[in-house]
Amino acid sequence: MHLKIGIPRGLWFYDYYPLWKSFYEELGAEVILSSPTNKSILDKGVKNTVDEACLPVKIFHGHVLDLKDRVDYLFVPKMMSVYEKEYICPKFCGLPEMVSHSIKDLPPIIDTEINFNRSRKHLMNTVYRFGSYVTKNPIAIHRAYKRAVEEYSSYKARMKEGNLPINGEFCERYKNKSGISIAVMGHSYNIYDKYGSMSLIDKLEEMGIKIITPEMMDYATINQHTDTLEKKMFWSYGRKLLGTAMHLTDTKTIDGIVYLSSFGCGIDSIIEELVERKARKDGRMPFLLITVDEHTGEAGVNTRLEAFIDMIEWRKRNESNLSTHG
Amino acid sequence: MKVTFPHMGNQYVATKVMLEELGVDTVIAPQCSHNTLDIGTKHSPESICLPLKVNIGNLMESVKYGADTVVFSGSCGPCRFGYYSILEKEILKELGHDMEFILFDPPQGDYKTFINRIYKLAQTRNPYKILRALGKGVQVLYQVDALDAAAHYKRPRQKTIGEVDIYYDKFHQEVRNVCGYKETSQLIKEIKESIMNIEEDPSREVLKVGIVGEIYTIIEPFVNLNVERKLGEMGVEIEKSLKISHWLTEHLFLNPLKLTSEGKTRKAAKPYLRTMIGGHARETIGYTVRYARRKFDGVIQIYPLTCMPEIVAQSILPTVEKDYNIPYLCLIVDEMTGEAGYTTRLEAFIDLLRRRKERQESEELLLRC
Repeated sequence: MHLKIGIPRGLWFYDYYPLWKSFYEELGAEVILSSPTNKSILDKGVKNTVDEACLPVKIFHGHVLDLKDRVDYLFVPKMMSVYEKEYICPKFCGLPEMVSHSIKDLPPIIDTEINFNRSRKHLMNTVYRFGSYVTKNPIAIHRAYKRAVEEYSSYKARMKEGNLPINGEFCERYKNKSGISIAVMGHSYNIYDKYGSMSLIDKLEEMGIKIITPEMMDYATINQHTDTLEKKMFWSYGRKLLGTAMHLTDTKTIDGIVYLSSFGCGIDSIIEELVERKARKDGRMPFLLITVDEHTGEAGVNTRLEAFIDMIEWRKRNESNLSTHG
Repeated sequence: MKVTFPHMGNQYVATKVMLEELGVDTVIAPQCSHNTLDIGTKHSPESICLPLKVNIGNLMESVKYGADTVVFSGSCGPCRFGYYSILEKEILKELGHDMEFILFDPPQGDYKTFINRIYKLAQTRNPYKILRALGKGVQVLYQVDALDAAAHYKRPRQKTIGEVDIYYDKFHQEVRNVCGYKETSQLIKEIKESIMNIEEDPSREVLKVGIVGEIYTIIEPFVNLNVERKLGEMGVEIEKSLKISHWLTEHLFLNPLKLTSEGKTRKAAKPYLRTMIGGHARETIGYTVRYARRKFDGVIQIYPLTCMPEIVAQSILPTVEKDYNIPYLCLIVDEMTGEAGYTTRLEAFIDLLRRRKERQESEELLLRC
């Protein structure tokens, strides 16, 4: 009999799922993903989470409920830190606890702690702990891990080439016709979740716009830029976004930035502010902030997006680069 | 150099003494008021948490009195407090106040910068002088916390309601006019004595409630809408999970040596939250458990809207409430919090606690018959 492991399609899913999926499949377990976010998942999530949590966390709870009765194990690792001296959002750190106290009658949770804040010395220990839910054979775990890392690297490489994992899957994209390119910034779990982001990326692409996301950036470039910060940015997601913004405002290869944030996101409340300051002041670049929560109306977002794109088109057409002061 | 710093409850008394002992020119921001919050809200990012907005208000008000340097502490994540200093600097710069920031972040191995910053603030390299001033500051911190404890004890028991706060308010007015360790400590002693001498009403039924949550909101009375005064006057004795004196000992002296005085709290929180997740979520849960074990009548959690660690704690606390059978109320504050609604919730909660206690007592009586 195969062990069924359920991976919820939320939060870290868009960054890491190929790694974990192929790891467990290689070990002989069956991996079940929850369905892409939809209305019922969102509604269930909203009902079962504290009101103050942000939209992606609510959606995550919805995905857990979607998987709950179909799997033997739920995969909700305790992600504390993935790089040295960096953290992920406190809600990620307490996610297994949040889930298990908010939802009753859950299957056992794989809640191994991932913490590389001090160093990566214990990486293999962590991997064994993850693997031990399926097999106790260290050689098999080691082999599976190696395969998984290959899979993960190729996933990341494809993202870097410009493929967008909408809902975690790559598919045929629209052609860029208008000559406008826009950076869509935000946490990966916001921008790649089709329902949660109200198809933001699809809408822009339908208008023929080329999309740049932080995942397409070169890590070395990001690190180079963030090293110049006055104080080390201690959130991994935040560092990626800030580095991307610094790079884009430096090179000026894009026409504007759309920042998608979820209401109540602590990291965005700081990063968004810094990115906006960079974009407007250093880059002199149009900037649009879209904040979503479970009440956001799609029509309002559409109007704002269209107005933003219209403005960029005018700007491109009419701008003579002459000072208006004469 | 005229140094200022943001408010956080009674912390200013200690910081003032420390800087005065060093001979540094200091500007104390006016007490937090609605004006402070308005200024802060106007200039801060919309979705940032409340403490930053109040901090900005404090600093802007200090600027009017000629402050040009800010002393601030920090952390290195995962709570957003760690990036406050950078954001505050940016905001003030944009408003045309290019203030110098002297930051005291946890050194993380870089002790040289840390020590240089101390020299810069102290304007002396004499370690004896610095340590003496620091010691005096810490002593005052413990003294004001003891003063607070006395007020917490007396408020629910005072015969004439409001008497404690006559002295307490007087303290805050007068402390601004005194200078140095000796005078301040003398003033604290006098006020504490007068508070302890207030006549008590022995017939009062006093309830005991623990206050847990985010450190800034539970310590700064303006931000929590004076919850200690409100509860005290309803006949409730409170105990706060976090005090600055305690925080300081923990972060300044014990943590660098990899020690902690929070072992008991961490152990109490362990079945619910295994690791630290930033902020004070673990303490919030741990103290709730400890208060329940000490048979408190209830627990109130207070935190600023969108505070990430406390949201995690909030989703766990209902389980603790059930496991230990202790009533729990969650209050979230931001710049829009209305005082009337807040008071109503507090009153309703205290009414419930009182009923519950009466019922428990009569049940015991019945069982004994």
